[in-house]
Amino acid sequence: MREVSIVGIGQTDVGEHWERSLRDLAVDAMIGAIKDSHAERVDALYVGNMLSGELTAQQHLGALLADWGGLGGAEACKIEAADASGAAAVRQGYLAVASGVHDFIIACGVEKTTDADTETSNAAWSYGTDAEYEGNQGVTMPAMAGLMMRRYMHEYGVAREAFAPFAVIAHANGVNNPHAMYRSPISAEAYARAGMVADPISMFDGAPLCDGAAAVLLCPSDIASRFSEKPVRIRASAAATDRLALHSRNDVLFLQAAFLSAQRAFLQAGIGPGDVQFFELHDAFSILAALSLEACGFAERGKATHLAKGGQFDLHGKMPICTMGGLKARGHPIGASGVYQIVEAAQQLRGEAGANQVEAHLGMTQSLGGTGATAITHILEV
Amino acid sequence: MNVARYWRTEKTRYGLVGETCRVCGKPIFPPRDLCPHCTEAGQDLRTFGGKGEVYSFAHVADAPAGYTEYQPYTMALIKLEEGPLLTAQLTDVDEADVRIGMPVEMVTRKLKEEGENGMVVYGYKFRPVIAASR
Repeated sequence: MREVSIVGIGQTDVGEHWERSLRDLAVDAMIGAIKDSHAERVDALYVGNMLSGELTAQQHLGALLADWGGLGGAEACKIEAADASGAAAVRQGYLAVASGVHDFIIACGVEKTTDADTETSNAAWSYGTDAEYEGNQGVTMPAMAGLMMRRYMHEYGVAREAFAPFAVIAHANGVNNPHAMYRSPISAEAYARAGMVADPISMFDGAPLCDGAAAVLLCPSDIASRFSEKPVRIRASAAATDRLALHSRNDVLFLQAAFLSAQRAFLQAGIGPGDVQFFELHDAFSILAALSLEACGFAERGKATHLAKGGQFDLHGKMPICTMGGLKARGHPIGASGVYQIVEAAQQLRGEAGANQVEAHLGMTQSLGGTGATAITHILEV
Repeated sequence: MNVARYWRTEKTRYGLVGETCRVCGKPIFPPRDLCPHCTEAGQDLRTFGGKGEVYSFAHVADAPAGYTEYQPYTMALIKLEEGPLLTAQLTDVDEADVRIGMPVEMVTRKLKEEGENGMVVYGYKFRPVIAASR
């Protein structure tokens, strides 16, 4: 296996892009990643996307974006793993380079949710659950997160308000990210007053569905310095799955896939949770942030909200999370979010995070699909 | 939507038909080819009694397309007396009265309508156990 590095990053602003289509956004991010590097060719393109067929009647994104992105003839296909599609595309790119099959890869995550009405996009987002035994009953993603959050509150004796720090941290960090959808801070009081979407999930617990695209360009580490002044090494790439339906899991409050993928990533990198200096986690809902921290070993079970309250995960805390706003404030363009996390971690490690810069040479990202049935973890280092 | 997609799971949705694993003996719902506990093949059909309790719940204010007629409604994880968890809506209950641990029983209700000319899909929902029926 060859070592793999990131030599180019690109991202569009995240938001409601009424004047731009899925292909416009993806090509923008791809060109950004190519221009950011000195790569002269791209051998293959992996597109992370969940819902292009359902929301814009467009599949075959590999060929579409290779064509419109000027990659004439390159191998290309779409990778789907619900909300973790983008991270899955990066992992496919990693595997292609590590194996020696390809030298220059683009992994591009893209989602265009605003071409469909809100009811349709919300329904489509829930296609990442079990269609016959969850989706058929009328679940939404906020409802699924609500089932997890209510049980968490019950088992650990935690109030709804205890989850406020996750939204507060994300919004505080989004303020200084020019690509973020929400750039205004919120207070714990505003969190407590927020309207309910799927009680106990409020509008401040859930990340907004929106449009966006992000891309990374990967190549073998031994030649990476020729193609970037600041290559970022991928020290680990690991994926795992859990039972798809929440009701089929032995423990609905333990993200087994998150645990397994983090353990595999730690093993690959030869490190432990204590070595991670910042963590871009999957805060599609605040409860998922808490469960991800607990599954990865950054908090004991039932204690994530306590650590958050103590400032552990603040930008200048012991282990910052969501340093550029996370899914909550940067926005959650579903299949693109996993790539945004990696682009933002690379910004931090390259010293390009502006006012949100943290002192770090090693960071971790973790993207979850649906209620956590897929988890993909990457560890990056400079 | 093709009708076959729905009648295929009719027994499960109307009658809570699941399985018992012949290898490890554990109850399985919904039915599947490989036991989720021991991954062995070979199960016997069984009908679950339809009694259980609320394991967790969330009140849905924004229903997805096809379900807006019932909005707002309560989604729940139900723990059946026999052991398995399942996902279902609660019905015939005031939102404010729902509690974790509340005894519930299965009823058959309309789940959704797929537009003017589409399928009307029925299936299980759960309601508080009526005292007289206990």
